[in-house]
Amino acid sequence: MSMSELTHLQSLVQGHRLSRRAFLGRATALGLSLTAAGTLYGKALKAATPQRGGTLIAGLVGGETSNSLDPATFASQVPYWFGKSWGDQLIQTEPGTGAPIPGLAESWEGSDDVKTWVFKIRSGVTFHNGKTLEGADVVATIERHSDENSKSGALGLLGGIEKISADGNTVTVTLKEPNADLPLLLSDYHLIIQPDGGKDAPAAGIGTGPYIVEVTEHGVRYAAKKNPNYWRDDSYFDAVELLVINDATARAAALQSGQVHIINRVEPKTASLLKQVPGVVIENVGGKAHYVFIMHCNAAPFDNADLRLALKLAMDREAMVQNVLQGFGTVGNDFPINKAYDLFPEGIEQRLYDPDKAAFHYKKSGHSGSILLRTSDVAFPGAVDAAVLYQQQAGKAGITIEVQQEPGDGYWNNVWNVQPFSTSYWGGRPTQDQMYSTAYISTADWNDTRFLRPDFDKIIQEARGELDRARRAELYRAAALMVRDEGGLILPMFNDWIDAHSDKLQGYVKDGSGEQSNGYVMRRAWLV
Amino acid sequence: MRTSLLRLVSQRLLIGLLLLLAVSVMIFIGTQVLPGDVATSILGQSATPTNLANLRAELGLDRPAVERYFDWLGGFATGDLGKSLANKQPVAQLIGARLENTLFLATATAAICVPIAMLLGVISARYRDRWPDRVINVVSLSAISFPEFFVGYLLLLVFALELGWVSPLSTVRSGMSFLARLEAIALPIATLTFAVLAHIQRQTRAAVLNVMGSAYIETAELKGVRPIKIIVRHAMPNAVAPIINVVMLNLAYLVVGVVVVEVIFVYPGLGTLMVDAVGFRDVPVVQTAGLIFAATFILLNIVADVVGLVANPRLRHPK
Repeated sequence: MSMSELTHLQSLVQGHRLSRRAFLGRATALGLSLTAAGTLYGKALKAATPQRGGTLIAGLVGGETSNSLDPATFASQVPYWFGKSWGDQLIQTEPGTGAPIPGLAESWEGSDDVKTWVFKIRSGVTFHNGKTLEGADVVATIERHSDENSKSGALGLLGGIEKISADGNTVTVTLKEPNADLPLLLSDYHLIIQPDGGKDAPAAGIGTGPYIVEVTEHGVRYAAKKNPNYWRDDSYFDAVELLVINDATARAAALQSGQVHIINRVEPKTASLLKQVPGVVIENVGGKAHYVFIMHCNAAPFDNADLRLALKLAMDREAMVQNVLQGFGTVGNDFPINKAYDLFPEGIEQRLYDPDKAAFHYKKSGHSGSILLRTSDVAFPGAVDAAVLYQQQAGKAGITIEVQQEPGDGYWNNVWNVQPFSTSYWGGRPTQDQMYSTAYISTADWNDTRFLRPDFDKIIQEARGELDRARRAELYRAAALMVRDEGGLILPMFNDWIDAHSDKLQGYVKDGSGEQSNGYVMRRAWLV
Repeated sequence: MRTSLLRLVSQRLLIGLLLLLAVSVMIFIGTQVLPGDVATSILGQSATPTNLANLRAELGLDRPAVERYFDWLGGFATGDLGKSLANKQPVAQLIGARLENTLFLATATAAICVPIAMLLGVISARYRDRWPDRVINVVSLSAISFPEFFVGYLLLLVFALELGWVSPLSTVRSGMSFLARLEAIALPIATLTFAVLAHIQRQTRAAVLNVMGSAYIETAELKGVRPIKIIVRHAMPNAVAPIINVVMLNLAYLVVGVVVVEVIFVYPGLGTLMVDAVGFRDVPVVQTAGLIFAATFILLNIVADVVGLVANPRLRHPK
């Protein structure tokens, strides 16, 4: 008991929340001698200050032989992580709040009509090849990603940009319609600023980041060494190495044996076991990612509002969080926004599991027979289990669900966004506007619930350009209620990001915007 | 003798080439039948019909399948293996490193496993039906009965995590010394040995015992030749043909079938490259890797035939 109390005290010291006097007092009360307590205090304090040096070795899932260093192609975890070591975006996000903070852009200002934004680019920053960062590089980067013919993953984000120009280190962006969130959009992991936009050498891996690419073996490993001319004084490792370990057991074994310092995507089933291994720390962070059961609002039988409501009421969300996430998550309320988002609408009644009410609405809908639910473990880990669990929960309401397991290969081509009832996942987006614009407005490519409501689109559009926060909050509240009560989305749970690292790694900052401290762990943490 | 052997080998090689051609056609058809193509893999979620059409035109995927196949075949025949559709790297480069790793693992495993298996086979034949024979049979059968992933994880748990003798990752990289590489692949070798030992050991035992029933062996026994010498000098040369067949079959498996071991121990070999490429529908990589696998099988089979022939004088001098 006192052992964990001591560790707790030490972590308070590291967080600068306990003075030396207070620490000594409490430590000696636990039975330590004064000298022992003093030594422990010194150690705790040392661990709180970053120490430079060492090589960070990360073992991550999400790397394939088909990967490339071209940021436009980034679609899985390994390129995303490695990109954050060698590249910088204009804007970064603050851990905890998700608010925009300066990256390569020192400051920014929006016009009164929120259609024109002016960014001041940091001066004196050099790329790894010696070229100085200029506004022209920023313009070229954004042009490359927003080109209609580009295959960039950021293309959807930049569709609202009408014109972009640079004057020395000042970049002006003119939008087609007002958007108060433009700075946050520019923090996307694809938008690494490259020399001349990377137009002639998109996969060269040249950026302004704290580490310079040395080894590139796609699907196997990457290595980078410290950039001595980095423009900020964080990033404490001499070198960084990324090993691609797609097998979950091998990943955990690598961490246990000390071969790697940090891993991602720890499975909820094994997280509680891994926690007990000495020297291993589990970091679970609540973020915006969520798992969904999606119905097409325009396809029978889901075009009937009573049936949709019945299926939503037949979902036991607490049970899902316990069984599928092993407690590493929070319940969802059938709209894709949670507390992690700015302007989250508080006070919306949590939908609970109600088999009686579900049965009532099911009867009212007049549906009979079974309802086919397609699923696969590529939708999310445990999706097949979740579907079977849901089948049983719905059975208690008199609703017969037939679960069909689909092959993982081809799921994203043939099932998700194609078939009328399936399971899927979302990683979340930096802003509510983006989340709704990506998946819920009628013109979105990825409107996987076929929620086609022009009145909803109007709300989102109005909120996008609204600078008054109170009014904006009102609009997002209305949007949330509309999706919750009339949409085709059953959202049982928001899943935590679960990383695990060796206790030799200190300074891991919990950042809900993405796994691995939003990918910035190689800049924020250090080795002791 | 020489000319007939030469003729035999060249005959086999020619048939092998035709087989490879047939295999390449079948692999190509296989990749076309799968849903989606490399364009959907590259574009992923941002695939709108226009984007897909543009990308297909750019990669030449809008041409008819037959044309694409012969295009690829023409390039392959002249030594141009093409570029990976996924990241534009030359296929030869991509595959070269992985092939080297796979061959290294296969050779090391074979060098360790085959002599041990044959020795055990000889011992179990010598002491047939007595306790050494029974023990060897039970142990080898049990070893092959466990699935590879079970054995792999078990060995990982015991030797890498509990005892800490080896690292759980078998990642080899350029610049590692030969000894360091061997140490890195210790666990994969052990796992594969489990899978491969029984087949060779039991075939050795069966082939030797089969020959032991012949008259000339009886003569040797009556002459008072020691049992081990009988087996090694008189029985084995005639038993070699079936044994070599089994050894070659297992060698081919060591090159082609070890994806599970590669995944468990994170070994960058050809198996995982093939799986990644198929998943991505990266046809040039799939074709080349597939043909390498087929060629391995064919070559090893030819070696088995030739060795069988050379070992048996009766087949060398047909009368």
